[in-house]
Amino acid sequence: MQLVCPAGNLPALTCAIDAGADAVYAGLRDQTNARAFPGLNFDANTLAEGARYAHARGRQLYLALNTYPDSQRLHQWHQAVATAAESGCDAIIAADMAVLDYAARSYPSLARHLSVQGSATTAAALRYYTEQFGISRAVLPRVLSIQQVERLCSTSPVAVEVFAFGSLCIMVEGRCQLSSYVTAASPNRHGVCSPARFVRWEESTDGTRTVLLNDVLIDRFAPDEAAGYPTVCKGRYEVRQNIFHALEEPTSLNTLELLPRLHSCGVQALKIEGRQRGAAYVTAVTRTWRDAIDRYADSPHDWKPQSRWQSTLASHAEGHQTTLGPYHRHWQ
Amino acid sequence: MKLSIAPMPYFWPRERTVAFYREAAEWPVDILYLGETVCSKRRELRTRDWIDLAHDLADRGKEVVMSTLALIEAESEVAVVRRLAENGHCWIEANDVTAVQICRERGIPFVGGPSLNIYNHVTLRRLVDDGMRRWVAGTEHSRDLVAAIHTAIRSDGEEPPSLEVFAHGRLSLAWSARCFTARAFDIAKDHCGFRCIEHPDGLALATRDGRPFLRVNGIQIQSEAVVDMSPEVPDLRSLGVDVLRLSPQAEGMAAIVSHFDLARRESRALPPIGVRNGYWHGEPGMPGVPPRQP
Repeated sequence: MQLVCPAGNLPALTCAIDAGADAVYAGLRDQTNARAFPGLNFDANTLAEGARYAHARGRQLYLALNTYPDSQRLHQWHQAVATAAESGCDAIIAADMAVLDYAARSYPSLARHLSVQGSATTAAALRYYTEQFGISRAVLPRVLSIQQVERLCSTSPVAVEVFAFGSLCIMVEGRCQLSSYVTAASPNRHGVCSPARFVRWEESTDGTRTVLLNDVLIDRFAPDEAAGYPTVCKGRYEVRQNIFHALEEPTSLNTLELLPRLHSCGVQALKIEGRQRGAAYVTAVTRTWRDAIDRYADSPHDWKPQSRWQSTLASHAEGHQTTLGPYHRHWQ
Repeated sequence: MKLSIAPMPYFWPRERTVAFYREAAEWPVDILYLGETVCSKRRELRTRDWIDLAHDLADRGKEVVMSTLALIEAESEVAVVRRLAENGHCWIEANDVTAVQICRERGIPFVGGPSLNIYNHVTLRRLVDDGMRRWVAGTEHSRDLVAAIHTAIRSDGEEPPSLEVFAHGRLSLAWSARCFTARAFDIAKDHCGFRCIEHPDGLALATRDGRPFLRVNGIQIQSEAVVDMSPEVPDLRSLGVDVLRLSPQAEGMAAIVSHFDLARRESRALPPIGVRNGYWHGEPGMPGVPPRQP
């Protein structure tokens, strides 16, 4: 089982490789990928350097091109596919049919992975992308229970990658309009959810902090309360006269305890989320999962999730909380 | 220009649903989209009932389209899509690539629903090749985005497929594996008790300063705002929109249909009966927030 780790820049990439990632995924410094944050991502030179670093150690580099271009900007995504091929990337991770189509025709030897933004949750959907665009792997959206992942793996025409750890996007990826509803910036089109330039913090004299996203109140925090990044889905709102995290608490997904089941059902790769996170996160999380996977490979029968792994992961989780999220029965 | 009634997003008791469509059969609408698109646990009408209702309405002169779930998680849900696709009478609205593939494998034409991600002409053309005969533009699509897709298709010497645009109702903004209605009642999704049935227009969600914001509808999140494109009808016509889509709501649907019927027949901008859809103008979808460049 491959461990696929995030890299928001070259230092993070080298950290991920050094800490034991089998593959690293990265994005370009523009709207062609779903983490188009300022100060983050790669250009053609750093990408090529990253590919050399990974290949020298027998690892791989993937380029995420997982946003949806409009007709006028298609050429920019085409150029990004070319950059991936020319920089020596091993695969692109894409969702849009036009991008997959272009890549399949122009660079057939560059592997194509279906991005989580493609929202493919069934064998029929996976057949579509396999038959039409020759994908060799699909990343599953974070909406299926472990039983559903197991069943899908047994009928999928293509290798499957699942999210293992990281900040939890609770909506069906590639189908969430909450950010664009409030800001006009669309994660699908512009590559970023709740852009920082729309965020405004206000602090009152008693230390209470209020956070707004383009004029919409997302949450209010007591002076000593930890405050997370304001995405619409993790704010507190009023429903039925109660104020609470009506959609989801700030929390991270952690599937470590499911490792044996994910392995036995044939999941090909485990993905760590967090290209926006720093080198310390990438190093600690990658090292923990590397250790867990290696120990499982050594002795699958007496493998148990160790408490030191779990505490390291929790310390890097959003709000220091982790959940099995959709894998858990309670969600289904 | 045709008028359509979008698939019912809410969970109403069986009698109420049947009465709604009995009434709709008398309205000046051309197309009725039937079926469950949000949650497969909602079974006041089973697949067989929907198909029977479709036949009834087709006999009464309506074009009927069977809509499919936007999020498909279980094998049983795929089986429903298969049954709908093979009903032999009406088209289906594919709201997920699963349904696209099922139609494609059987050579069945389909309507591309708003939750398929179609942002450029190449993707649109691929889906037309797969059998898509009508396209319902996505929730966040602007006039400029749709126009650019049409221009690009025409510059290649082809005609775009028939175009349907969301014209009235609450916008569908997101889906999740979670049920937010169950969460609001602090119960597990498994034991939801079908609480959606108590909220025929969804459950209101406001910000902490009391500003109406969203609607919780099971695993779906909608806008609180009811958008209305009736003032844009002449422009929609000039863009080449073939179908105006009206989303079912608990009260006043007949009046909404009449309003749009008048707007399309006279092709004039009528006074709005809802709020402006910012998305259509390249702004935030939400009314009343500052319009800024993304």
